[in-house]
Amino acid sequence: MYLDYASSTPVDSRVLGFANPFLSSHFGNPSTLHSYGLKAKEAVENARQKVADLINASADDKIIFTSSATEANNLAIIGCSLRNIAKGKNVIASNIEHISVLNPMKSLSKQGFKFNIIPVDSMGIVKIDALKQVLGKDTVVTSIMYANNEIGTIEPIKEISEIVHNKGLYLHVDATAAAGKIPIDVQEDGIDLLTLSSNDLYGPRGAGAVFVKKGVGIQSVMLGGGQEKGLRSGTENIFAIAGMGEAARIANEEMEEESKRLSKIRDRLIKEILKIDEAYLTGHPVQRLPHHASFRFSRIEGESILLNMDMAHQIQISTGSACSSKTLEASHVLLAIGLKHEEAHGSMVITLGHSNDLKQVPTVVDAVRQTVDRLRKLSPL
Amino acid sequence: MADIGYSDKVLDHFMKPRNVGTIENPDGYGKVGNPVCGDLMEMYIKVKDNRITEIKFKTFGCGSAIATSSMITEMVKGMNIDEALKVTRNDVATELDGLPPQKMHCSNLAADALHNAIMDYKKKRELK
Repeated sequence: MYLDYASSTPVDSRVLGFANPFLSSHFGNPSTLHSYGLKAKEAVENARQKVADLINASADDKIIFTSSATEANNLAIIGCSLRNIAKGKNVIASNIEHISVLNPMKSLSKQGFKFNIIPVDSMGIVKIDALKQVLGKDTVVTSIMYANNEIGTIEPIKEISEIVHNKGLYLHVDATAAAGKIPIDVQEDGIDLLTLSSNDLYGPRGAGAVFVKKGVGIQSVMLGGGQEKGLRSGTENIFAIAGMGEAARIANEEMEEESKRLSKIRDRLIKEILKIDEAYLTGHPVQRLPHHASFRFSRIEGESILLNMDMAHQIQISTGSACSSKTLEASHVLLAIGLKHEEAHGSMVITLGHSNDLKQVPTVVDAVRQTVDRLRKLSPL
Repeated sequence: MADIGYSDKVLDHFMKPRNVGTIENPDGYGKVGNPVCGDLMEMYIKVKDNRITEIKFKTFGCGSAIATSSMITEMVKGMNIDEALKVTRNDVATELDGLPPQKMHCSNLAADALHNAIMDYKKKRELK
């Protein structure tokens, strides 16, 4: 039973059916003028419109396809900061941003930018006062995620947008975790730059996108043949782009119903799992992604939880435990919400998707309970 | 070894750990690690005629922390304590068909816990 949709989603069969011809029969290069090229170009423009519709971008705004959300975050942050360097050399991000936001910011700080990191509260909401304090006229890019992938917390983006635009210049929003789960309206929310990922939408890997509001200056990071309006050189990955577009269209159509369905499963899971001794919710209890349930358990370690759930119960979950990461560092998100290292070790993240239903809840809860019991019996704590 | 996760032996010892528990009035007790780092091991031994007759452990930690604890209890049960002191972290890892490289240091503490237990036994014996 797969409960790790935030890590990866399968490609929706409708998406696969739609995009498959672009791997074989419609293989043209959109930069060429013959009919094969035109067919491919049409596919890219069609996908662009579908992605724009998902976030309610206007016809004057840009959607730039990239290879991933990571590349999209790099392009948005580095591309916008460098393009607007004459206006200021300050950048801001919250301390729960994805590493593909934090690392470009750190790289800018080595090129003379001042990088301010702002904290979040114990539920993962950005501390508005701290943001106000560091914002200045010379703050070119402020990057706050729409929702966090590890703790599910949804940020008050509209409020943040007003604050950012009151003093600083541009707001970048990483919507990788939120898109397709909750409605996003870049016009209503006042967003200048926004990152999207295909494989979080049941689209193929190998595509991401940046929304760039009309009038927001940005320069390319990838140099070459000038594809994507000169902002992302490299021959377009038509299969992934067409798939991402179709995935965005389906998400837009089905989000309301699907999110309602998933939030019922989520609420039941949270209610039942919190009955386990010394189990705690991580993230916000209400301002939370509809498919996201995250916990921590005292006295046990997350990698062991993951392994035991997988091997003994055939249930796939995720953890922010240091021991399961390549760097062996505790999740920066869990530390940011104020957990101690020993608390962050015992985390478990469930993210729901298409294949899950309410009937699975007792099985999951039972498996979690058995896993926690077994590991606690092994534990000297 | 290719870095693709845990060997079957590691997973076997993780799922079915041997010699879990504590010993009342142990002849030797060893403890290493701490919960802040994510690994904590306790090792209990009974010794007779310089041989480890009984050994139990309790471990808080990741899969390899639990598997190495379990494996070493099997390796040294019945062994002369001076021989057991020579069992290294590497020996435990080898016996488990290897550990992922990043786990070789942080979670491979079982040998240290055992050595501490044996040293504790030796110290107690000297005091008698």
